[in-house]
Amino acid sequence: MTELAALHERLVRSAADEGLLDVAYRTVDSPVGPLLLARTPAGLVRVAFAVQDHDAALQELSDEVSPRVLEAPRALDDVASELDEYFAGRREAFDVPLDLRLARGFRRSVVEHLPSIAYGRTASYAQVAALTGSPRAVRAVGTACALNPLPVVVPCHRVVRSDGSPGRYAGGDDAKLALLALERRA
Amino acid sequence: MTEPFERVVARHGPTVLRVCRSVLRGADAEDAWSETFLAALRAYPELPADANVEAWLVTIARRKAIDVVRRDARHAVPVAELPDRPVPDGARDLDLWRSLGDLPPKQRHAVAYHHLAGLPYDEVAALLGGTAAAARRAAADGIATLRRTYPIEEES
Repeated sequence: MTELAALHERLVRSAADEGLLDVAYRTVDSPVGPLLLARTPAGLVRVAFAVQDHDAALQELSDEVSPRVLEAPRALDDVASELDEYFAGRREAFDVPLDLRLARGFRRSVVEHLPSIAYGRTASYAQVAALTGSPRAVRAVGTACALNPLPVVVPCHRVVRSDGSPGRYAGGDDAKLALLALERRA
Repeated sequence: MTEPFERVVARHGPTVLRVCRSVLRGADAEDAWSETFLAALRAYPELPADANVEAWLVTIARRKAIDVVRRDARHAVPVAELPDRPVPDGARDLDLWRSLGDLPPKQRHAVAYHHLAGLPYDEVAALLGGTAAAARRAAADGIATLRRTYPIEEES
């Protein structure tokens, strides 16, 4: 380890001890490409695909949560290992605490309802709109899914078009197909 | 728009380590680096968006280095006579630090920002006020004084 890397690690430890590590992040490799994972003391706050631009996602965290952002891989070990299990087909739901502060208002309500779509199943945008008690808000459900701050972990990939076609996905259409295929196979 | 602190560490970490190393040795320099970035992290959300981040960090590093020197000085053992052999490395840096601290403020800052932090003279001038030429003169005067007052020969 280089000296600066060792100093960085020491800084992360001191920051955590002093309650100054507002946002910890790391990247992990996955079958749907590199994923950015970020957490606050409250829980996992952001998952971002490479196509969503990790630098832009970190800037958004800096603007929306706190600029006290540090790369702290160990702070996300639990999330990384749950994701490994998920991608290996050995995990159907995530246990890590979630911090949903990046989804506000109606978007928040949609994000909170998504985990009720069971692993390996899908629901239409209209069905999710009905779940949230706003059956006419089909288009807004689409927007809320596209802006889901915690894709994969909060399963917006299980929301599909009424005709059964997958529809769009923030991580790219291929990523959505891959996740749906993974859950069918397992 | 404030960039994530991680970028600040990545961009300025090496410079701050150079500043700390120029006045402190080994573990002391590392302590000063760590305390500098921890203090910077604490204050970072309140830093004005147009602040010169490097100059801000160098200013904190200077303060932290002084703290480390003072802390060490409290633990130093007083001796009746000054040793006649060469002063060890750590003490030599302490002398440089003291000599630097004796310079008039403008010269001291010009030397620290240009020679320790590596800022070009126009940026030093932006921090200190005045022209780049004046900053260059202040740094040159400071170095000339250090050549006279710093008790040990310069590092090669």
